[in-house]
Amino acid sequence: MKTVRTLAAVVCFAFLIPALHGQDIASFEKRITVKKLPNGLTVLIMERPEAPVFSFYTRVDAGSAQEVPGITGLAHMFEHMAFKGTHEIGTTNWPAEKVALEKVEQAYAAYLKENLKETGRDPKKVAELEKEWQDAVAKADDYVVPNQFGEIVESQGGVGLNASTDRDETTYFYSFPQNRLELWAYLESERFLQPVMRQFYKERDVVYEERRMSVDSSPQGRLLEQFLGTAYIAHPYGRPPVGWPSDLRSFSATDAMNFFHKYYVPANIVVAVVGDVKAAEAMPILEKYFGRIPAGPAPEPLRVKEPPQEALRAVTIRDKSQPLYVEGYHRPNFRDPDDAVYDVLADLLSKGRTSRLYRSLVRDKRIALAAQGGSFPGAKYPSLFYFFAAPTQGHTAEEMAKPIHEEIERLKTQDVSDEELQSIKTRAKADLIRGLSNDQGLAFQLGEYQALYGDWRELFRQIDEIEKVTKADIRRVAKTTFREENRTVAIIDTAAPKPTAPASGKGEQ
Amino acid sequence: MNRMKLLFALLVLVLFHVSAPAQPGKTTAPKAPGTQKTSSPGKPATSWKQVPIPPLRPFRPQEPRRIELPNGMVIFLQEDHELPLIDGTIRIRGGSRDEPADKVGMVAIYADVWRTGGTKSKTGDELDDFLEAHAARVEATENADSTFLSWSSLKENFEQVFPVVLDLLEHPEFRQDKIDLTKQQFASLISRRNDDLDEIAARESTKLAYGAHNPFARTAEYYTIAAVTRDDLLQFHQRTIAPNNMILGIAGDFDPAAMEQRLRQAFGGMPRGTPIPPAQITFKEPVPGIYFVEKDDVNQSVIHMVDLGTERRNPDYYAIEVMNLLFGGGFSSRLFANIRSRQGLAYSVGGGVGTAFDHPGITRLAMGTKSGSTAAGIEALRKEMADLIKGGVTEVEIKKAKDSILNSFIFEFDSKEKVLAERMRYEFYGYPPDFLERYRAGIEKVTPADVDRVAAKYIHPEKMAVLVVGNAKDFDRELATFGKVTTIDITIPQKKPEK
Repeated sequence: MKTVRTLAAVVCFAFLIPALHGQDIASFEKRITVKKLPNGLTVLIMERPEAPVFSFYTRVDAGSAQEVPGITGLAHMFEHMAFKGTHEIGTTNWPAEKVALEKVEQAYAAYLKENLKETGRDPKKVAELEKEWQDAVAKADDYVVPNQFGEIVESQGGVGLNASTDRDETTYFYSFPQNRLELWAYLESERFLQPVMRQFYKERDVVYEERRMSVDSSPQGRLLEQFLGTAYIAHPYGRPPVGWPSDLRSFSATDAMNFFHKYYVPANIVVAVVGDVKAAEAMPILEKYFGRIPAGPAPEPLRVKEPPQEALRAVTIRDKSQPLYVEGYHRPNFRDPDDAVYDVLADLLSKGRTSRLYRSLVRDKRIALAAQGGSFPGAKYPSLFYFFAAPTQGHTAEEMAKPIHEEIERLKTQDVSDEELQSIKTRAKADLIRGLSNDQGLAFQLGEYQALYGDWRELFRQIDEIEKVTKADIRRVAKTTFREENRTVAIIDTAAPKPTAPASGKGEQ
Repeated sequence: MNRMKLLFALLVLVLFHVSAPAQPGKTTAPKAPGTQKTSSPGKPATSWKQVPIPPLRPFRPQEPRRIELPNGMVIFLQEDHELPLIDGTIRIRGGSRDEPADKVGMVAIYADVWRTGGTKSKTGDELDDFLEAHAARVEATENADSTFLSWSSLKENFEQVFPVVLDLLEHPEFRQDKIDLTKQQFASLISRRNDDLDEIAARESTKLAYGAHNPFARTAEYYTIAAVTRDDLLQFHQRTIAPNNMILGIAGDFDPAAMEQRLRQAFGGMPRGTPIPPAQITFKEPVPGIYFVEKDDVNQSVIHMVDLGTERRNPDYYAIEVMNLLFGGGFSSRLFANIRSRQGLAYSVGGGVGTAFDHPGITRLAMGTKSGSTAAGIEALRKEMADLIKGGVTEVEIKKAKDSILNSFIFEFDSKEKVLAERMRYEFYGYPPDFLERYRAGIEKVTPADVDRVAAKYIHPEKMAVLVVGNAKDFDRELATFGKVTTIDITIPQKKPEK
């Protein structure tokens, strides 16, 4: 064991620093063009002619963190609506549909006002107004060509059509054959030039089903919602991106359009295109189409800041499902000079079978099926550094705390070894290289770094930051972060099962 | 036992919410643009129909080079100089369908401990240290018909990492402490298997489709895991590791002549072994009816309707692919448009006739809907099937589905690694190397009449097993109103049931 470790270390120091030949900033400079259009929208094009295809990534710098109580889930809801078409796509008669949709909004506002009355709510009137609203919906539905937007993308050869909404951002992506670049530029700009809130209230039901699936009916979803709701008392990171049930039953298409007008301004959008495109030919096309989106004022920054946590917080879910353990500590946002130290900590604790949590909780103590740590739930605003463990059969969630805290104590009191630290730095470089192997991954990463840092080159500079992390940094950050009063713990404590009577006595079919 | 998937699910903190279920299925070759007007160069088009679509740049994917060694081993070399990496996979015939029924889980344990149990000269922990320090990976996995030994290394470390792969192949040790660790972990996974709705629905519906004891459906139990011994693992290794049972695919930044020489030197001396015979598995149709699993801590039901599907060698495969896409495949499919977008009944809904390379796939329709619309969900799926079987699929629908497959065909081979993976798959299952080209030709020929015919031939609502996993007290209607309900008890057996 000792011998191999030493050997590994020697090999490692001798020639293991992977040369980033062909994978450094200089080589990418030649292939990447960035332009900020007059309306404020940023376009990034990377030439990668491996095959006649391209991928894109549209990143809107707004997510559920931009929501306020009453409209939680709206960023995600708008993302769904961005698949519903435009004035041209998805309708049999836009002028008539427009009028019908306005009527839906009027009817819905009247219904909602009566339904939410805190005093004097008249159930009969609520029912009448609900019916009027539903009748208006049915009329508007007459003009709908369902899912025509997705149908065009798919029948033209698009793959991987999807989108995602997180706390920090909303993203849209798919890939197309190379000859559809202009068609893509038309479709992608059009959906943010003239989105239409058609079938909004049915889609709201769809989103509610998504909440049932990912939160209500999922033990892990329930745990995380409670965990973040407990760790954050002021900042929107404490609220679920999918939205609270009350809000999913009340926000309107008008609310969604207000959110859109406020946050989907060009200055808030980065579009990254990677693949078989030539910047000289593609840029004019992107300018032509994305330049149509009218400029607007950049949204105001968030005012709320999470106040420092001053006492341990804990939440226990008594559930029928098997135990789970998570604890988290507030940490600064991605712009903090120690950001790379948290990355190193995450790798040290979690990456692979040599990681400390694996070796302690999984391999040696055999009390966990899996254990890991890292940063969650966001990056733009102060986030958490979490520790997560799934106990093995017969072990409780509470038992996870002690060995996790022992590992934390070790980080504070003992330096990591040279081999460990070097191994982490080597892996960071190799992982960067592995992430450059396809159009979609490149579009995601370049778009993300361009949006967060204002410069895609930061993707490569992160490696330099990791390279600079010292043993002393790790101890210092562990000491300042992993304090008891900065901790939130959430667990699933498995309720004793009720004796179950096999209903039919048949067991297996 | 899909261990990695479950671990992954456990570990991935729910970060975001995607807008649509990932679209399964094939996706294309250049399609000549229709009679489309072109927009003027300076001005944006005012309709998507005006946007010019030039011909796709001609492209010939780089085929890997196939080498067959005298001892029967097949090697595919795929040069790719974009990144300084060399990655490889050895696929070995023999998987979980070949394990004894009283030791279900054995091959999963085997794959795990093959790697963690180390070699004669190095423990698994020592390998971990060595590989992590080189930012390299060597892992073993398994599926129903194969085990896989794969690696990924930086080019400059190939000569450090590849010997580890050979050492594992030739001198695995299967140390007892790692067998115990893996067995304990697998038992823990069993203890967690009833926590997740989708996992329960997928597992139990697969048993309904194939039969609970079918090797593609059966599940590991505490007692089948406990029965596995180190000797079993050694014997399985002995039985499967032979050059004539192995296909190696290697891709990356290497000199092909030097690599060929290196691989011939590494594998050329291995003696032939006994070929793994084709699995003899019988497939019976499911017993039709309504099946129910009670889960009282959820507010959503997961519904699966299942039946036996078919194989990809079936000449009907192409018509089935087109049907699947327009029925339950993409954003514009009928299930998506009607059940999700029009009725708002589901976030996740999809389905189609299942096809597999060497055995019948599972025909499956699946959706998740709130407890209070469970019966409405079943009815909605049945209505869509009834409409499909009735026939009358339109030219327009067929064209959209075929365009979707043909226009996106390029994504079947847009990377050298994908081309390599496809070739390895065809080699393994004995499909023609130009199967992808035949696929395209097959799709092009599909007519509305073909789709109507395969719909009637392969979709039989009355023969399907309908499984509901959910919270019965909140259902909109009792399931009994659909017919006799068979309740499935998913209590995890603590010991082998008495026969």
